[in-house]
Amino acid sequence: MAEVDEASKPLFAGLSDVSISEDIPVEGEITVPVGSPSHDDEYSTLDEPVKETILRDLKAVGKKFGHVMYPKKSTTLLRDWDLWGPLLLCVTLALMLQGGSADSKEDGGPQFAEVFVIIWFGSVIITLNSKLLGGTISFFQSLCVLGYCILPLTVAMIVCRLVLLGGTGTASFIVRFIVVVVSFGWSTFASTAFLADSQPPNRKALVVYPVFLFYFVISWMILTFSPSHSDGATDTGP
Amino acid sequence: MTQQRRKPRAFKGQQQLREWRLSVICNFKNLMMPKTCLPPTGMPPLSALEIRTSKPTSQRRSLGNWSRNADSDKTELLAGQRKSAAFWTFEYYQAFFDVDTYQVLDRIKGSVLPLPSKNFVRLYIRSNPDLYGPFWICATLVFAIAVSGNISNFLVHLGQPQYHYMPEFRKVTIAATAIYSYAWLVPLALWGFLMWRNSKVMNIVSYSFLEIVCVYGYSLFIYIPAAILWIIPIEWVRWITVLVAMCLSGSVLVITFWPAVRDDHRRIAIATISAVIILHALLAVGCKAYFFDAPQIEVPGVSGSIASVPRFC
Repeated sequence: MAEVDEASKPLFAGLSDVSISEDIPVEGEITVPVGSPSHDDEYSTLDEPVKETILRDLKAVGKKFGHVMYPKKSTTLLRDWDLWGPLLLCVTLALMLQGGSADSKEDGGPQFAEVFVIIWFGSVIITLNSKLLGGTISFFQSLCVLGYCILPLTVAMIVCRLVLLGGTGTASFIVRFIVVVVSFGWSTFASTAFLADSQPPNRKALVVYPVFLFYFVISWMILTFSPSHSDGATDTGP
Repeated sequence: MTQQRRKPRAFKGQQQLREWRLSVICNFKNLMMPKTCLPPTGMPPLSALEIRTSKPTSQRRSLGNWSRNADSDKTELLAGQRKSAAFWTFEYYQAFFDVDTYQVLDRIKGSVLPLPSKNFVRLYIRSNPDLYGPFWICATLVFAIAVSGNISNFLVHLGQPQYHYMPEFRKVTIAATAIYSYAWLVPLALWGFLMWRNSKVMNIVSYSFLEIVCVYGYSLFIYIPAAILWIIPIEWVRWITVLVAMCLSGSVLVITFWPAVRDDHRRIAIATISAVIILHALLAVGCKAYFFDAPQIEVPGVSGSIASVPRFC
């Protein structure tokens, strides 16, 4: 009989017959059962102190720096990409390339905007190139890897500026040359270690070559940086 | 019918004339949407030629993009139209980068060692023009010229007290503008000119815009080692390098474009080929003159130094 009832009546047909008398209080507490407290915390980070938020991002950036300095095939850089590190490195490098011969009226070293444009525009073009050749890496992941691998070159820039404080003779040039070459090799090796797996196997060289060219240009800018102060300008006196 | 040499032929009837017209229309279409239609006759299926001359890893290539090969097989059988992506999708542009490492290296080798019997376009590119080569060869050339120019100026002015070394970064922009305009605008003009002549003169050999860009791009490769050799501050070494590079890359261009214009009036054919050669020479000599200072043998005080910085006293 119940089945006949269910089959013949439309759904919820009986609800309209229900009436609530005023005697029965309809009140209470409706609480939504929460799953687990930690699950909730991951999505609402609004309540945490600002220091924690900043430190979390800084730790992520620092961890990625560590991965770049000791490159081994890992997917951390790729999986949790962020662009804070590249921005920081790019701004540092561009600032340190100032204060050179750019003070003079002739054309000298690259301006801040030029360095910025070269690094970002160059990264975008290399990413597009790798995607057009059939790479499976995503756009921002590739930007992230290329930006983070500028770290050795930034370290080389700092070292070069320190060496230049000591003079601009041939010895300092040789030291700077060696430092820049080593960091250029390191950068290229680190970025290929991260990018190599996502490329089709018979096109790896086609993808790696533009990366090589990109870091070569940045190394050239670092190596040719010459300070404008007159104490180290020329080798021979007036 | 020989596949090695293309001889001009008279049309034996309406059918051949129709087929010729179809091939011209196909070339227009192939410019907009690559490989949408194969010209019905006259153009041999060059994949066979390419497979014979390239390395036996063509199997690897066919495995890598077997779907495209399957498509092209079907197209050759049916001689019909193939679906291709619209120009605002990413896949449309991926078709221009469908090259493997060994293919790019083969094309570079072909551009450096031209042989009169081997038409660069027909041998290496006809089945698959790419944009990878032209773009990155131009980029490398820009930086090679800028960096070599900088080094050579430094070496030339070494020891002169007024000369203050400067990286001269502006020159990179100038070099980039010059080389990229040459590699892209001159092919555009040449393509337009050849299309116009094709409409007036019955000509079987016609190149699509991408193929002309490819030839120009790959022919610029020889200038990269030439730019590096220009660092040597000896004038006659530089001039010999310029001449050798110009001869090699110029001959690639001449061998490619002569079959396209030789059916035309004698004067127009000669004028076209001379224009191609003169522009090429102008690029080489212009780059050498602008970026590389001549080695000076006079006393440093007499010749005005190029970059003089106002000294802070």
